Amino acid sequence: MNPFSSGTRLRDMIRAIRACKTAAEERAVVRKECAAIRSSINENDHDYRHRNIAKLMFIHMLGYPTHFGQMECLKLIASAEFPEKRIGYLGLMLLLDERQEVLMLVTNSLKQDLNHANQYIVGLALCALGNICSAEMARDLAPEVERLLQFRDPNTRKKAALCAIRIIKKVPDLAENFINPAAALLKEKHHGVLITGVQLCTDLCKVSAEALEYCRKKCTGGLVRTLKDVANSPYAPEYDIAGITDPFLHIRLLRLLRVLGQGDADVSDLMNDILAQVATKTETNKNAGNAILYECVETIMSIEDNGGLRVLAINILGRFLSNRDNNIRYVALNMLMKAITVDTQAVQRHRATIVECVKDSDASIRKRALELVYLLVNESNVKPLTKELIEYLERSDQEFKGDLTAKICSIIAKFSPEKIWYIDQMLKVLSEAGNFVKDEVWHALIVVISNASDLHGYTVRALYRAFQTSAEQETLVRVAVWCIGEYGDLLVKNVGVLDIEDPITVTESDAVDVVEVAIKHHTSDLTTKAMSLIALLKLSSRFPSSSERIQDIIIQNRGSLVLELQQRSIEFNSVIEKHHNIRSALVERMPVLDEATFIGRRAGSTPATVSTSNGPSLNLPNGVTKPPAAPLVDLLDLSSDDAPAPSSSGADFLQDLLGVDLSPASKQPGISGTNQAPRTGTDVLLDLLSIETPPASPITDILSSSQVYKSPHASLEGLSSPSALSTRAATPAGAAPMMDLLDGFVPNSPISEDNGPVYPSIVAFESSSLRIMFNFSKARGNPQTTSIQATFTNLSPNVYTDFIFQAAVPKFLQLHLDPASSNTLPAGGNGSITQNLRVINSQHGKKSLVMRMRIAYKSNDEDILEEGQVSNFPRGL
Amino acid sequence: MGIRFILMVNKQGQTRLAQYYEYLTLEERRALEGEIVRKCLARNEQQCSFVEHRNYKIVYRRYASLFFLVGVDNDENELAILEFIHLLVETMDRHFGNVCELDIMFHLEKAHFMLEEMVMNGCIVETSKSNILSPIQLMDRA
Repeated sequence: MNPFSSGTRLRDMIRAIRACKTAAEERAVVRKECAAIRSSINENDHDYRHRNIAKLMFIHMLGYPTHFGQMECLKLIASAEFPEKRIGYLGLMLLLDERQEVLMLVTNSLKQDLNHANQYIVGLALCALGNICSAEMARDLAPEVERLLQFRDPNTRKKAALCAIRIIKKVPDLAENFINPAAALLKEKHHGVLITGVQLCTDLCKVSAEALEYCRKKCTGGLVRTLKDVANSPYAPEYDIAGITDPFLHIRLLRLLRVLGQGDADVSDLMNDILAQVATKTETNKNAGNAILYECVETIMSIEDNGGLRVLAINILGRFLSNRDNNIRYVALNMLMKAITVDTQAVQRHRATIVECVKDSDASIRKRALELVYLLVNESNVKPLTKELIEYLERSDQEFKGDLTAKICSIIAKFSPEKIWYIDQMLKVLSEAGNFVKDEVWHALIVVISNASDLHGYTVRALYRAFQTSAEQETLVRVAVWCIGEYGDLLVKNVGVLDIEDPITVTESDAVDVVEVAIKHHTSDLTTKAMSLIALLKLSSRFPSSSERIQDIIIQNRGSLVLELQQRSIEFNSVIEKHHNIRSALVERMPVLDEATFIGRRAGSTPATVSTSNGPSLNLPNGVTKPPAAPLVDLLDLSSDDAPAPSSSGADFLQDLLGVDLSPASKQPGISGTNQAPRTGTDVLLDLLSIETPPASPITDILSSSQVYKSPHASLEGLSSPSALSTRAATPAGAAPMMDLLDGFVPNSPISEDNGPVYPSIVAFESSSLRIMFNFSKARGNPQTTSIQATFTNLSPNVYTDFIFQAAVPKFLQLHLDPASSNTLPAGGNGSITQNLRVINSQHGKKSLVMRMRIAYKSNDEDILEEGQVSNFPRGL
Repeated sequence: MGIRFILMVNKQGQTRLAQYYEYLTLEERRALEGEIVRKCLARNEQQCSFVEHRNYKIVYRRYASLFFLVGVDNDENELAILEFIHLLVETMDRHFGNVCELDIMFHLEKAHFMLEEMVMNGCIVETSKSNILSPIQLMDRA
């Protein structure tokens, strides 16, 4: 006989499946079975229906799709025989859920069954309803359920009660109907009904405020009495668990009392006695007793304040904490987190135990304890706590380290009493777990370091020492490299030694060694290497004697396959080689970054990708660690950095200094800010060395350069030994300002003095079908306003009609569009449309123009839309 | 609310009984079962019986070769659930007499019936063993 025919009994099928050795075999068996069941269903085979469903349930449990059996369940339910009905309902509950439409078909059967004479069948129907009914079914059958709440048989009553819970969850409006019957249930003697009645009331109170009031007034007294009875009742074999009568009922009652007592002082008073009794008299050597105590403590914590009870509760928690059973400790930690809001002092007393729990071998306990510790930290205990946590960091395992590091860093950041302590602790964390430290954290560290000017020497020496021991922690290497670059001279000359330090002599070449190791190490990533290159540049200025060696190291990266590194090395090399006179100015000490603004900014705005990787890699002369790329990302929102004052940190700074419009598109086509974070730094550098279009950027005094008048050609050739420069998208005009810098050009003559200079026209937009040219003019004496004449030329053979040009500018610009000369653009460049625009630049001199355009026209009866961005506006507009 | 699901899994990770009180698709269920079972099986005796997973807690206990896992909401009393697991095992023990994994496998529907008497819609209904077992015994006799 074919073992897979529908004649097989359930157990045979199970045996067959168990006998399979591989998953593929099992799948094959299941597939055959399903096929057999399906054909049996098709044949409308009555006898084996329940067997089929049973098999289907097993198969479903294994995880295979079984929806073809759903109709079978329905037929089974409709049958008159009890076993078939039973299986049918079971199948219904397992194989279906409330989202299936098939469920609607069941409603009628359910209604009939709810009215059946046989109470077991009624029970079945209630069960099914309670588990999976949907909102419509709930509405339909609610009256039946209400009636059944008062049925004579307690079993039915209890099931009806639970069914009611589901109904009111699905359809909260019906809650009112159930309030009275529910309250009546609370007076029952039968534990089953009592439990469910209590459940129902709890949920009613959560759902409807009216019910809450009603229960508070009428039921509290009764509930307290019931709890007393249960607590004091003699040995009842039916409900006894570990010597306590029906702990589940205890717990449910306590929970309902909690809901009733929350926020209401009178009701809470009524409960005090019984709570005290339960708390003191329950046995604690069995789990059941502990469960009751736990619930009791939770209730005490949630209801209105009663000093004596609270003390009792916290004592119980303390006992739990020192219990050897892990479960109890876990539960206690959980409770303590809630207790902290109520009474911090008491919890502080247990601090030592809690810290022990952080080191526990059990992962769940560790997690809870760590969160609790985090809540416990305040100014007075932050030092010892951090010390312990850092010690533990060394021993903890990998998954936990990430969490632990994050928490430690935020504790340090929030509560550090003095800068030197902050720096110390952060260094320790970095040495231990630098790889887990997030970028914002070490950025913040650098900001703090630069602010603590008297600690510069100490910091750089500490970092030097740390580097010797823990060079594999990437973030530590980065911070070390940055500091050595900045404060290398302090390191070598042993400036500002504090009393607590051990003396250490570091020579110039040692310092350079550090950076060299950082560059050459195979695990260093792009950011580290980039930072190292800048640091080398700085060192070459601070340690003139090591300049040769530094140059050698930099040159090695000239051929690097990573564009960023190649560019940096070539540029820096050229600075070292040829431009000694600006070098020292270039790499002067960075000005102090304003912490408050930094934190505010960091909390506020920019996309993480840009900011984080870009941070300190922008160690431009007097640049900022905070990514100036911020405005980059959202070109039309450059106004986010409105404050023009050079003293503000953040992107402004960079912009003010270099007067550079950081829109990358002008430098390299097709770059968007977000994924080119390192590039932006070099863009700016590039601007320094070779600003592409003539009119100058007002560079501040530090660079003591200034106006470049437009002299495009001048001498890029002279500068172009670094071939990389000329490969930049920068126009040949590039080097002009460079030369000017070299020639020691005179201080600022701001653009406003221009005598109506003529700016070159630009091709604002060019595609295969359209070209747009902008011609500029400025009125004398009104430097902020630029008049642009836009000329549109049609490059295709079709005529364009309904030609509309729209433009958008960032907030610091104002744009006025005059009407266009016409709406039709003849084909083939035979004519053009002109349109005048006026742009007023409120940040004239600081920011250049950018504009986004949208051109819509009709060509050959189809609508065409073109969009573009103009970023190659001449400087100084 | 309350209990989200009840699973019985053996030491090799095969599910022997699964009852869900909230809606999850088949793939979700399998993924969920896989993840949880791996976590619980990896723990040893000394560690506590509660595991936090996503936004709910799993309370588990091992009886011979079978793991009983109950997924509950975060605000549920874990110790009470532990008691409940024990109650469930005792009830099945009384019915099957020295219940073992094979009993549950071959009488899956009876195990489900028992569970249904005890838990409905995620809430504990009945805790008296005699009350739970009486309908089932009636059915057997019929």
